[in-house]
Amino acid sequence: MATLETKGMFDVFTRSGSENRITHYCAGCGHGIIHKLLSEAYVDLGLQDRTVIVNPIGCAVFGYYYWDVGGVSAGHGQAPSMATAISRLKDKAVVISYQGDGDLAAIGLGHTLQAAARGEHMAVFFVNNSIYGMTGGQMAPTTLIGQKTTTSPFGRNPATDGMPLHMAELINQLDLPVYIERVSVADTKRIMKARQAIRKALEIQRDRKGYTFVEILSPCPTSMRGTPLDAANFVIEKLEKEYPLGCLRDRTAEAEVRPEPATWVNLAKFFGDDGSEDPKCEAAEDKERRFKFTGFGGQGILSLGLVVADAARAMGLETTWLPSYGPEQRGGDAACTVVTSTRTIGAPAVENPEMLVVMNQAACAKHLKTVKPGGLALVDSTVVLPAELPKDVRIVQIPAIEIAMANGVPKAANVAILGGLIALDALSIPAHLLIEALERSFAKKPALIETNRKVLQAAMDYCRHHGLTGELP
Amino acid sequence: MEKQFDLPYPRIEADSCKSCERCVAACPKGCLEISETYNRFGVKAVAYKGSGCIGCGICFYNCPEPYAIHVEKPDVAPKGGAQ
Repeated sequence: MATLETKGMFDVFTRSGSENRITHYCAGCGHGIIHKLLSEAYVDLGLQDRTVIVNPIGCAVFGYYYWDVGGVSAGHGQAPSMATAISRLKDKAVVISYQGDGDLAAIGLGHTLQAAARGEHMAVFFVNNSIYGMTGGQMAPTTLIGQKTTTSPFGRNPATDGMPLHMAELINQLDLPVYIERVSVADTKRIMKARQAIRKALEIQRDRKGYTFVEILSPCPTSMRGTPLDAANFVIEKLEKEYPLGCLRDRTAEAEVRPEPATWVNLAKFFGDDGSEDPKCEAAEDKERRFKFTGFGGQGILSLGLVVADAARAMGLETTWLPSYGPEQRGGDAACTVVTSTRTIGAPAVENPEMLVVMNQAACAKHLKTVKPGGLALVDSTVVLPAELPKDVRIVQIPAIEIAMANGVPKAANVAILGGLIALDALSIPAHLLIEALERSFAKKPALIETNRKVLQAAMDYCRHHGLTGELP
Repeated sequence: MEKQFDLPYPRIEADSCKSCERCVAACPKGCLEISETYNRFGVKAVAYKGSGCIGCGICFYNCPEPYAIHVEKPDVAPKGGAQ
């Protein structure tokens, strides 16, 4: 039996410490289809060892976790410039810039047009879904007239928002691009055309013939507010009317083979650098407290950190609050770090927190081992602790989610955690400042203050009842 | 005695499926369905009905997940089958 299967991608996707075989894209997303077509093309053409994909900012930011080829991340919109550098420095490299409409047509329009005008030797794949998918469905330059998005709730109005940007036609005004085509991945027939276009672009790269631009219309089921099939129909019925499919230019036959790039010299060696490192500087942590809060998006992790940071600010301390969350539209990990200090804070990132809050299992696996010796980890009771616990770390479990649910507000589990932190005196911040900061965070929803106060009190009572205090047992 | 032929069939990795139903809608023979059981991510994965596959590979190219659906095809296609 011969098997039709995905080629050229990693067997297991190791991302953020987890290992599985699914991408981070929403169900029915066009990115996955394009990823498969692209990887199949470079494997079939024998280019896997020579390919470098420049990942954009956008949903495809994690391409290097999936494609088993060279991967680089560029700043927002700057993928064509980085691809230019690689293409000019690395001989035999097949350079691919894979970008969405926010990256290529909005912030990176200048980079895109200049690279195309220079006719750089690279393949640009432009994934056009007429919307900013990753950030939650805002209006993009490619949004259709009348299309409702979160930033054009009454539909895109040409009088104030302008007209959709036709990237393929725009690139077609320039002299040097070799191959320009617009395809779609909405249904089987179109996917097969897209497959041919992607192959053709890579063949041109293999033969060193210059700049290729393939625009791919792709469904975004989450931001188009429908099922994956609705989104595919939207692409066929609406998007294709504005952006007609087809090949705009194919000058493969007459294009000249570009010269190999100049030989690359290691400048460090040129200046006599023997590669030894500078002695490491230890940062002073004078009266500095470093906290980390982790869990799922939606559990109020970031707001909990904000309340703590606000209370520390009210105490007169220097404070930083740094959120970190995945690109997933749904169900991603959320974390934030809070640093409070008597002096100016050098870095807001916290690798080894003194105090860690853990509200879900994934965060436990990832962060519990990072707690500093002598530190404290406050873990929700729903989390099963690992068999091997970090040494010299006090681990306290309180049923925060249960307490919040018992008080009728399941969303307030973060407030129950705050109650635990106050009872344990984990933050070195006076309780009344924390409670005031909590109430300030509900200033716009006064109806919630009372219920949250109840949850806070219940959590503090629980700790007192179980003898959980700041003093070590 | 009835002769046994190798028939094409889709090989499905249920834990990779996100239940977007693109393959179900695209299958020209209608031989895929959404199952009643949940995978490890709490998603009702796609399943093969057990017969009807012609090995055209349309489900594979419509699937946005790299490892959710593969198509096993006999080395020599039966007469009239797609290859």
